[in-house]
Amino acid sequence: MPRVMVMMSGGVDSSVAAALLHERGHDVTGVTLKLWGGESDSGCCSVADVEDARRVAAQVGIPHYVFNFSDAFEADVVEPYVDAYAAGETPNPCVECNRTMKFGRVLERARRLGYDFVATGHHARVVLTDDGPALARAADRAKDQSYVLYMLGAEELARTLLPVGELTKAEVRAHARALGLRTADKRESMDVCFIKRGEREAFLGARIPRRSGAIVDEQGVIVGTHDGIDAFTIGQRRGLGVAVGERRYVTDIAVGTATVTVGPRDALLHERVRLRDVRWSRTRCDARAMLVQSRAHGTPAIARLDGDELVFAWPHPRVAPGQVVAFYDGDLCCGGGIVAD
Amino acid sequence: MPDRPDHAYLDHAASTPMRPEAIAAMTPFLADHPGNPSGAHGASRATKTALEEARETVAAVCGCQPQEVVFTGSGSEADNLAVKGGAWEARAHDPRLDGVVTSGIEHKAVLGACDRLESEGFRVARVPANGDGVVDLDALARALDDRTAVVSVMLVNNETGVRQPINEIARLVRNVAPRAVVHTDAVQAPQWLDLASATADVCLVAMSGHKFGGPKGVGALIVRAGTELVPLVEGGGHERGLRAGTQNVAGIVAFATALRITHGRRAEDTARIAALRDELERGLAAQVSGFAVNGASAARVSGILHCTFDGVEAETLLLALDQQGVMAASGSACSSGAVDPSHVLLAMGMPRERALSSVRFSLGYASTHADIDAALAIVPEVVAKLRVT
Repeated sequence: MPRVMVMMSGGVDSSVAAALLHERGHDVTGVTLKLWGGESDSGCCSVADVEDARRVAAQVGIPHYVFNFSDAFEADVVEPYVDAYAAGETPNPCVECNRTMKFGRVLERARRLGYDFVATGHHARVVLTDDGPALARAADRAKDQSYVLYMLGAEELARTLLPVGELTKAEVRAHARALGLRTADKRESMDVCFIKRGEREAFLGARIPRRSGAIVDEQGVIVGTHDGIDAFTIGQRRGLGVAVGERRYVTDIAVGTATVTVGPRDALLHERVRLRDVRWSRTRCDARAMLVQSRAHGTPAIARLDGDELVFAWPHPRVAPGQVVAFYDGDLCCGGGIVAD
Repeated sequence: MPDRPDHAYLDHAASTPMRPEAIAAMTPFLADHPGNPSGAHGASRATKTALEEARETVAAVCGCQPQEVVFTGSGSEADNLAVKGGAWEARAHDPRLDGVVTSGIEHKAVLGACDRLESEGFRVARVPANGDGVVDLDALARALDDRTAVVSVMLVNNETGVRQPINEIARLVRNVAPRAVVHTDAVQAPQWLDLASATADVCLVAMSGHKFGGPKGVGALIVRAGTELVPLVEGGGHERGLRAGTQNVAGIVAFATALRITHGRRAEDTARIAALRDELERGLAAQVSGFAVNGASAARVSGILHCTFDGVEAETLLLALDQQGVMAASGSACSSGAVDPSHVLLAMGMPRERALSSVRFSLGYASTHADIDAALAIVPEVVAKLRVT
């Protein structure tokens, strides 16, 4: 009987993941990660969410434990997140959490404890290809989360089960309701789990010395000022505090001079973007023509890789440095990289 | 392979099974006696009598007068009443009395109350412990002054089991900070120590029923005559005005019964449990490398073995042990159930990594030789497995 450690956030997806694995006859243990000791109003960290997970585990009939990874989360996820903002980047902390916590420390602990697999409630699939296990998009395209798992290699995938990836979200909720799970109608968490909604600037402001600077237009004419670059991300339109005729977007952030450049939407369009930390899964796709996705639920674009530069087939809205670009061949995720500048 | 018992409960310091006599004593007050002890009719007299008999029983064990016993809803509540109530009372009499002295190894019930007082403007000193887990008396003496209102040091540490010199502390306080009241969190003590002598010089003593075979949700605070407190809960004047609210008669009766039985059997229980604990300690030391006992050279109570397994995360070890039926603990579990690095071990100067590799096995009156056999069969094997990368 395979032994599976399922990570239960207290949400409906991981609740159903645990139930499905148990129904399959696996020897299942539920764990909830305590990642964040500070204030937040959603995500993986609150006592209420832990209690939901614990109660669902009891209902399903599996043991449940809490792992305290708050020290590691601070060092491996929160600090790099803050540092990235300080460097003018727009990081994706969920990707880092998946890499370092869920498929890093938890996977390692599970292995040490003799578990054959870890499982999560992510909407994505692990499929077996001729090249070994590969990550594939979820059955429910609208909920697909393969983007935030792009970094999983064959080694991790061989020890990973993603049971709800085969179901639509509606089927997940229906299954939870049929079992009478208390999380069946729980709303989804959308934001960064360690920051309260709308309080990113305050969170960063408490950790990064803020440096005011100028907001300039494409010609370098000063059109406004700001209190710190961490409030801005490439492509941002709201909250610029600049009154000009047409819509303006953040098109560039210069960390050295703390200068934010704004321009029309067209100015955001680029053909090339440089990547760093490019990694491929064992299922390599054709780097000359692949689908690339630069947002969690964005529409894929066609691009090719030229050295460390991604070249879009058609001009593409600029992606902020620090963001992930995931590579796909059809439904298969074959790797990705991080936007360098 | 010899048969293994299916489980070993080694977390008595967290909670003990109830004494059967305590369950028997409380049942009539759940099933048969509905009266409010504050009432004036026959049904009330039955519960009032039981309540006051329980108070007398507790007083007899603790070496105090019945009117000095205040029943509460928990040990934490008793600690809060003592620390906050004592500090508020002192400041109400003399605003200069704004000092609170405690130790870094206290239970969070005391530390939390002190944090609250600090936010209200009290000066709080948290004295560290030495490497064996004994509060540093020199540092404590330096923290005292003529403005100290409350001194709170526990009698037995809940993690290491190390006994603190509370009577000595009380005498020190009397000389250096004569206006201060001395409180001791004695929650871990009744199973192991004679409370009357162990707390003879102390003004306030907190206890919790479920640590010695009583029910959860009942505590008591001994408030020696002459010690004034501001209550946390006000209302109908119950418990000499120190804790309003209709008393949990059934729970209090069981509390007193368990305390009386624990007291009566202490000598034989303690000797038997100490032998079991020592056997566990020797067995682990012999079978497991990188094993160290914490508080080894201090005076420890008989039921606690607190130890460090080098290179093994306690969180992982406890999970693996639980799956084999061995139930132990680490640090102090927070409300979510996660294991935090123990503030007690950190206050003893232990490095964070060692603190996160430390586990408490705790025994109680219900512990048997089979528990130790199971632990010795399972713990070394599990530790070895977890150390293989």
